[in-house]
Amino acid sequence: MKSKLNFDSRLGICFIGIILVLTVISFFYTPYNIYSMNIAERFISPGGGHLLGTDNFGRDVFSRLMCGAKFTLLVAGSTVCIGTFFGVILGLCSGYFGGIADECIMRLIDALNSFPGILLALVMVTVLGKVKYSIIPALGILFIPSFTRIARSGTLQIKNSEFIGNARACGASPVRIMFVHILPNLYPSLLTAIVVGFSNATLAESSMSYLGLGIQPPTPSLGRMLFEAQAYLFNAPWVALAPGITIMVIVLGFNYLGDGIRAGYHLN
Amino acid sequence: MKKFILRFIASALIGTLLLLATGCQSSKKEVSSSGTTSTSEARKEGGSLVFGLETETDHLDPYKAATADTRSVLFNIFEGLVKPDKDGNLIPAVAAKLPDVSSDGLTYTFKIRSGIKFHNGNAVTAGDIKYSLETAKADQIAGLSEVKSVDAEDPSTVKITLNIKDNDFLSYLTVAIIPKDYTQQDTHPIGTGPYKFESYTPQQSLILAKNTDYWQKGLPHLDKVTFKFESDTNALLLDLQGGGVQAASVDNATANQLKTGFTIEQANSNAVQQLDLNNAVKPFDNVKVRQAISYAVDPDEIIKTVNYGKGVRVGTPVIPGFKKYYNESLANAYKKDPAKAKQLLSEAGYPNGFSFTITVPSNYQVHVDTAQVIINELKAIGVTATIKQVDWATWLSQTYTNRQYESTVISVDGSNLSPESFLGRYVTTSKSNFLNYKSTDYDTLYQQAVNENDDAKRVQLFKQAQELVSKDAAAVYIQDIASLTALKTGYAGFTPYPLFVIDVSTIYKTK
Repeated sequence: MKSKLNFDSRLGICFIGIILVLTVISFFYTPYNIYSMNIAERFISPGGGHLLGTDNFGRDVFSRLMCGAKFTLLVAGSTVCIGTFFGVILGLCSGYFGGIADECIMRLIDALNSFPGILLALVMVTVLGKVKYSIIPALGILFIPSFTRIARSGTLQIKNSEFIGNARACGASPVRIMFVHILPNLYPSLLTAIVVGFSNATLAESSMSYLGLGIQPPTPSLGRMLFEAQAYLFNAPWVALAPGITIMVIVLGFNYLGDGIRAGYHLN
Repeated sequence: MKKFILRFIASALIGTLLLLATGCQSSKKEVSSSGTTSTSEARKEGGSLVFGLETETDHLDPYKAATADTRSVLFNIFEGLVKPDKDGNLIPAVAAKLPDVSSDGLTYTFKIRSGIKFHNGNAVTAGDIKYSLETAKADQIAGLSEVKSVDAEDPSTVKITLNIKDNDFLSYLTVAIIPKDYTQQDTHPIGTGPYKFESYTPQQSLILAKNTDYWQKGLPHLDKVTFKFESDTNALLLDLQGGGVQAASVDNATANQLKTGFTIEQANSNAVQQLDLNNAVKPFDNVKVRQAISYAVDPDEIIKTVNYGKGVRVGTPVIPGFKKYYNESLANAYKKDPAKAKQLLSEAGYPNGFSFTITVPSNYQVHVDTAQVIINELKAIGVTATIKQVDWATWLSQTYTNRQYESTVISVDGSNLSPESFLGRYVTTSKSNFLNYKSTDYDTLYQQAVNENDDAKRVQLFKQAQELVSKDAAAVYIQDIASLTALKTGYAGFTPYPLFVIDVSTIYKTK
């Protein structure tokens, strides 16, 4: 890993950077109020007073895009956090202890995996009820299996190394060995998984919102905006293009970054 | 590295091309939209029409058809003893004139229109009517359960006897009259309507041909009408734009993309869109809170914002198209007045507002959009509302049947043109009273109206009942959403009805 920042990483960081800057700004400032409706300014095409035009309620698409990206990334971030946290713990335990613990955990993960992702998320949202952010735990659970597998296979590779044997000989507890000695060595593969997980979570949030199960209107999210725009595809294509392209940029950005990191660490 | 740059440039190029393509399309549209629609009314008899439908017919047998769309199509094939006209009055169809009703209101005597024939060429006889009504009763068609007997007095006279008096019985006699002992209605329907069945291809089309013996002289105009089944809104839009379909019921978004080459006929949808407040749940159990919400929500703004101005403001559960019973004076009973709303909220003990959830069925974008506007309007009086979208099945079971909700936006219609079908649900014990409205005054008034024999007094009582519902703000009545029918330039004569029907008999070609 001579140069961490290869071309892919730079491109990815560039894409994500643009979106992140916009979302950070949206905490303090948006050009227009994202909820205020003004039918006199319905379907204004991009340019002029409204950078990306207005939607069917006369709401500024650019402002809603900034906030929509914020909510989408918030959901994606929380989802990946939940997935990583539980996935890593389960994977470490499963890989380190082996035997019955391994069997139990992996069968549980298999069970989770045997449902189609969207269906599982639909069930979770229904069970949790429609509070504003019920989509986060629903998607979070969906992301646990992939992290568990990565953590488990990494642990299996490392746990028979000499330095682990040494640590055990010094009387280190299993918890210490798992988190202090094994976890840091999983860092490269986990990082790639987290970055790619971000892009998957963005897509998952968008599809859930597209199905009406994500963030509830009038709060914008990228998927929700895309859904609302499809009825006006012919007379106001910009309302759909803006969130669509933003989703594309986010997904591309994280994927490039993931590729870059993977190449940087010479992982396959 | 080079590969990536190339890929990147390629994707950028494709993106630009896409943008350009859409840009070109929208600019082309603006130019052509300045074209005017012809208003010349020169009528040309004959010709054909393709009408796009978004749902497939479920049954061709008029007694088995369950969906509103199917009934709206079968309206062209079948007629009852009486049929509704465009103003909501009942006019004789298979009957020669409106019936003689006995003084106790239990027997109805009909004369059959002379010369009226079924599509198979046979004349309609009293025996056919006896058979039709008895079959319909056996199939549990609404309103016929209290029919005691149907007797053919002579070949052209029929007498219907009821068990108990029913002031709205005549409106149930719109039920289709079919030929006696004909059992193939579901595959080859035969009635007396302006169009006769020609062919049906599942998932494709239903083709009707002109009934040349139709009793109304001069009708129908078109020789052939095809109902084409479309898979979804987008397919319908493409077919309309491509010319494969010349007419269809469309939503606002579709109508807005069809500005050129089409006339958009606007009529009432015959359902009242309302913000239903669960009267049994705090804080909506307090009439002042409900009134405050009514003063804060401005139907005009919703009509303008969500429906592009296409809608009729209403203030009662009765549709405006049902002119006889509709209490017009209530449409503006609650003029937007945030100050008054706030005052009412303080009186009710909520000076700082409160928050609640609006449950909306997610398949109805119009209701979701309406809820978004309502949320904005309620902010002005310090009330915070949030949307909870549910699918249609959940809405029906949770909200409608189990009444587990705080508020919901929905359109409520009546199954037929009787005041009971619109006002009956507000009776405390009614099964369909999903608003949990409770008022002993209302219950008494309603019973009084139902039992009243004098027509004028009865109308008056039903109008008073509407006033009571409005005063108690049982729900926030918003609008009768306009139903839009797109008709290609070159066709005219579309007739709106105060019922969910498509009457193609009056449509004609202009060139």
